[in-house]
Amino acid sequence: MKEPVKLKDKDFVPFKEEKPNSSRAVVYYDKKSNEMGKRPSRKEKVRAEKLTFYYGTKQALQNINLDIIANEVTALIGPSGCGKTTFLRIINRMNDLISGSKVEGNVFIDGDDIYHPDVDVVELRRRVGLVFQQPNPFPKTIYENVAYGPRIHGIRKKAYLDEIVEESLKQAALWDEVKDRLKDSALSLSGGQQQRLCIARVLAVRPEVLLMDEPTSALDPVATQRIEDLIGTLAANYTIIIVTHNMQQAARISDTTAFFLLGEMVEQGKTSQIFTRPRDRRTEEYITGRFG
Amino acid sequence: MVNIKENSIKYIFLLSGLLSIFILLGIFYLLFSNSYPALRDVGIKAFFSRGYWNPTAYSVPQYSILNLIKGTFMVGAGSLLFVVPLGVACAAYLAEVAAPREREIFKPVIEILAGIPSVVLGFFGLVVVAPLLSRIFGLPNGINALNGSILVGIMALPTVISLAEDAISAVPQEYRHASLALGATRWQTLKNVTVPAALSGILAASLLGMGRAIGETITVLMATGNALADPSSFLDSVRTLSANIAIEMGEVPRGSLHFHSLFVVGLVLFLITFIVNLLADIIFNRYREGV
Repeated sequence: MKEPVKLKDKDFVPFKEEKPNSSRAVVYYDKKSNEMGKRPSRKEKVRAEKLTFYYGTKQALQNINLDIIANEVTALIGPSGCGKTTFLRIINRMNDLISGSKVEGNVFIDGDDIYHPDVDVVELRRRVGLVFQQPNPFPKTIYENVAYGPRIHGIRKKAYLDEIVEESLKQAALWDEVKDRLKDSALSLSGGQQQRLCIARVLAVRPEVLLMDEPTSALDPVATQRIEDLIGTLAANYTIIIVTHNMQQAARISDTTAFFLLGEMVEQGKTSQIFTRPRDRRTEEYITGRFG
Repeated sequence: MVNIKENSIKYIFLLSGLLSIFILLGIFYLLFSNSYPALRDVGIKAFFSRGYWNPTAYSVPQYSILNLIKGTFMVGAGSLLFVVPLGVACAAYLAEVAAPREREIFKPVIEILAGIPSVVLGFFGLVVVAPLLSRIFGLPNGINALNGSILVGIMALPTVISLAEDAISAVPQEYRHASLALGATRWQTLKNVTVPAALSGILAASLLGMGRAIGETITVLMATGNALADPSSFLDSVRTLSANIAIEMGEVPRGSLHFHSLFVVGLVLFLITFIVNLLADIIFNRYREGV
């Protein structure tokens, strides 16, 4: 990874269309990018190599090799305890918070090893946003929830913050519902609105990758529908990785699907292929509901 | 047979519950009935008008307790000024930073601090804090409101720490994770998310600490100098309501007007601590509901 970057006001252009580091990423993956049989234009954003993970002595992930394509929606499916959420949290190093956990192998974002000792975890987490399973807005106002991220990254100007808040809420398809009550408590919103607020909060720090950990499992069908629509539109600007228990959801919204089982990544492929012609027998058994 | 046993146990518990209510009411009655003669003969106004506390004057006795109330609040509020930052910082450390091993050492030590007899703390004030203050501020002696604040603060510290720590620990983990996942550092998370979310609990902890400080007697009596004059700064000697009662009660003729007016002082003290504790309780409950 590059030198830890300290954001200044002028650097922080919200939602500028960006192609970070593309030359470097291409060079790094040049040899391997065709190995998976992908079109050259589909560029890996996140790459896991021989990734193994332990909670204490318990092995949670074993030898995961997985490429996540930029500006696609990648769904991680599999039964409970298969390691898909663990994998997700490894990508922005939230698993660092668990004492006694250990990572072996490598995870690259744009070709940079995110577990290199020089990596600035704060900057990594800004680039890789995480949306949690339970909507978890802060007990602050709607405005303050969205402005929180930009603020901690050093943005002070009110006008600029206003702009970021509005843009983020618009991107999260929440602006029209809350624009007249930005000063209300975020806890006064419905569950679905809270989850979209959490998405807006993440978007406000202008991440490149969006991790979503079963973002709709606590929501009703209507709210779920809205989040799914939102994910579809966000994929134009972000690389999205979503963990879901709901296989219809994975089929509806993702481009690529990876199937996890017992800490292993069994199969990865285009979503249409995984759900119609899975190569592995275990994948087939899972998606046809024989276990799970 | 089982029923009788169950019922009798139930009534024993009910009785012990009622007993504490009865004692509270009894004390309130005692305070009020003994204050009444003074309130009747001297009048409430005399207690709250400008002047001094001097019920034993040869010419015109004075009953004003304004200076005593001022002294009490100076000691109480003064202690808060340093006990709140210190207590909250310590609580935040224990709740957020300390390793489990460190917590196991720190917590019992803090509990022991709460167990120091107040008289011993008074010694500490006279022998250690007072000379220190006199040297720092160039005073003839360091027996003053500041000294009392410091000592009472030390007494309130364990209460504030443990209640504030509870409040901070009760902040849902999800808030911290959300903040960290946005790229906030631990310190930013603590300052901007965790402590604000625990604020009402911390406020309640501070008020309870202050309630303790206001009622505290012997330490304050030893450390503040007990002058009856109107204090103009924290470096002046003050007398608190509680110290006033403790000093004079032993020598006052039972049944005299002076005797009864001391009960008025007690009644006022009781009302102040009651209000402070009630306030703390209200804030605390609101915070419980908020989370």
